[in-house]
Amino acid sequence: MNLTIFLLALFDGISYAALIFIVALGLTLIFGVMRILNVAHGSLYAIGAYATASLTAWFLALGFAPILAFPLMIVSAVLVGVLLGGPIEWLLLRRIYNKPEVLQLLVTFAVFMILEDVQRLVWGTQPYFQASALQALGNVTVFGVTYTVYQLILLPVVALVLLLGLRIFLRHTIIGKLILATTEDREAAQSIGIDADKVFLFTFIVGAILAGLGGALASPTTSILPGMGANMIVLSFAVIATAGLGQIEGAAVAALMIGLGRSYAVYLWPEVAVLVPYLIMVLVLLMRPEGLFGSPGTRKI
Amino acid sequence: MKRFLATTALCAMLPLSAFAQDKPFELQVGMTTFLTGPASVFGVPAREGMEILVRKLNEDGGINGVPVRVTYIDEGAGAEALTSEFRRVAAEAEVMMASISSGNCQTLAPLAEDLQVPNLMWDCGTQRIFEEADYDYVFRTQANATAEMMATVLYLLETKPDFQTIAVVNQDYAWGRDSWDIFSNALRVLKPDVEIVGEFFPAFGAPDYSAEISRLQALSPDVILSTSWGGDLDTFVQQAFQRGLMNNTTFVLPLAESSLERLGSSLPAGHIVGARGDHYFLHPEQRDDEDFQAFITEFRETTGSIPIYSVFHAAQALEAMKSAYEKAIDENDVEWPTEEQLLAAFEELEFQAFGRPITLREDNQGVEAQLLGTSVQAGEYPFATLEDIRIYDGAQLLPPVGENSLDWIKGLDASYLENIESDSFEN
Repeated sequence: MNLTIFLLALFDGISYAALIFIVALGLTLIFGVMRILNVAHGSLYAIGAYATASLTAWFLALGFAPILAFPLMIVSAVLVGVLLGGPIEWLLLRRIYNKPEVLQLLVTFAVFMILEDVQRLVWGTQPYFQASALQALGNVTVFGVTYTVYQLILLPVVALVLLLGLRIFLRHTIIGKLILATTEDREAAQSIGIDADKVFLFTFIVGAILAGLGGALASPTTSILPGMGANMIVLSFAVIATAGLGQIEGAAVAALMIGLGRSYAVYLWPEVAVLVPYLIMVLVLLMRPEGLFGSPGTRKI
Repeated sequence: MKRFLATTALCAMLPLSAFAQDKPFELQVGMTTFLTGPASVFGVPAREGMEILVRKLNEDGGINGVPVRVTYIDEGAGAEALTSEFRRVAAEAEVMMASISSGNCQTLAPLAEDLQVPNLMWDCGTQRIFEEADYDYVFRTQANATAEMMATVLYLLETKPDFQTIAVVNQDYAWGRDSWDIFSNALRVLKPDVEIVGEFFPAFGAPDYSAEISRLQALSPDVILSTSWGGDLDTFVQQAFQRGLMNNTTFVLPLAESSLERLGSSLPAGHIVGARGDHYFLHPEQRDDEDFQAFITEFRETTGSIPIYSVFHAAQALEAMKSAYEKAIDENDVEWPTEEQLLAAFEELEFQAFGRPITLREDNQGVEAQLLGTSVQAGEYPFATLEDIRIYDGAQLLPPVGENSLDWIKGLDASYLENIESDSFEN
């Protein structure tokens, strides 16, 4: 394997890792704070993608410039977080924090199934493709291979900004500190006057926005169709299980491992490319059942 | 109450009907199709097409005065649910139509044989079913993977005879693997100097082909084959188009007829498009036909989309059923045929829907012509249409009855190409 191929696979791996990291970030944040594995995260991802594609198509039809697709991604993500994430936490999850994990898992799975059918009702079964955001940024050619600026530069930058932003937010802002305190010990936090309900609601909305943003960012690169949420929830669960549940920086490392592993497999051994994320997860969990960065006590599932 | 009385009266007459088949109140048909899951890109339009055609058939008096009623079964519900639904519907239905998925055909064909209900395999591709077993109750009203891949190889060899290298990007499941088996074996015997430079089988439903596309750009093969379909094909073609892979490489896409409209301007000119049969909403031999035009117009008005091959396959199954009943009624001079008479009518049946006429061989396999063309952005539609269309007669694309496809292909040589018959059309 020469240096060119090494670099080409590196670029593909990073861009793929960036996207799964953004989705996994929301999933692991929610788990870290609320101790709930939100299967419906996959649906929020899919709905974020559908919403972006529909809004973009609508605005383009009204004659707006394609560059408007970028703010619309953020709008879609926030809509998903507030209109779907908010009610899910407020109406459903709030009632089951003290119930067994199996029940929590079943409830979020039920929400996932309901939202899958909602997508079919609203958007039908035909795939959508809305790539104007990606086309607006153009292409770059590296070593004779053409990449889209969107995938090669924008996605990794957004992922990095989110990683650093979330880190700073959690450690250096008041709300962040309230979230960390609640994560550490919910009862103690409540006894010193922290409104844990609000903290949970806020965290869940932020997590849901990240799912929606993942979908919004994925939408110009891929077909938006029923079932995309299921694929993504499996993959991002592999990422956060490899990292250790609730580990934010760990999720970045695990996403990179899985992204790079997959793109190198395409060059070296295409037959196993499909299996790579799960092989990595199995290998890591065999050696460290709590995940790369998890501590044994934090494991719940 | 009226219906109850009618049913009671019918039940009372049942013992008689064993001897002289009376016309039923309606002809019940069960059809499996994907209403959920990724393959609903085929299943939902097929059902919509079926509904239009059945409505029209019933308005024109049904089959010998008997209206047709179709019950749809979702193939996306999983094998277990599908087989129990199939059993339930088959208990009432006179004819079943199953299915889209080859896996489902392999499950349901033996089941139909066991249940002794005539079953029309209306859309599935696998060539194995009639090559591995004999069936009395199962018929295929369309071609199979062998004919489809052979026609694709022929069109490629005829329109791009000088290519040296090829790579494949197929979905990692039975169809992706089997179609490449047929295609690559045929290529090896018909153009032995071609080098296969890459074989990729990304996961079914994969959202991202970036790594494959980078690798393909580095390999820069003359031709890239992909038998993918639905969202997977859309994603692959879009990503390849976005990254300029389609500028220097000819894509061969045997199922792209079903994605033309969704791909829009992302399928540039010069790539090979197939349709799993001679199916095309601008079929050069049919487009001036009144019934053809009326159907295309009504389908577009009802659904907002052009009909794709699965719609035409559904039309073929309906037409085959209608023709068989009419043939049986005519030949036996009865009001309504018995099951034996109906099965006999299916033997060597000839029928025509919206393509060339189709015949059923003695192994119950349909002989269907194959249409391929080259994409062109002519500007008449907001998506690619076809030019340099060729239609291949179906019989030459299938192995003789009783022979295994892969064995037959491996036994071919370049002389096979000399006897190939096709008709060319500019667009």
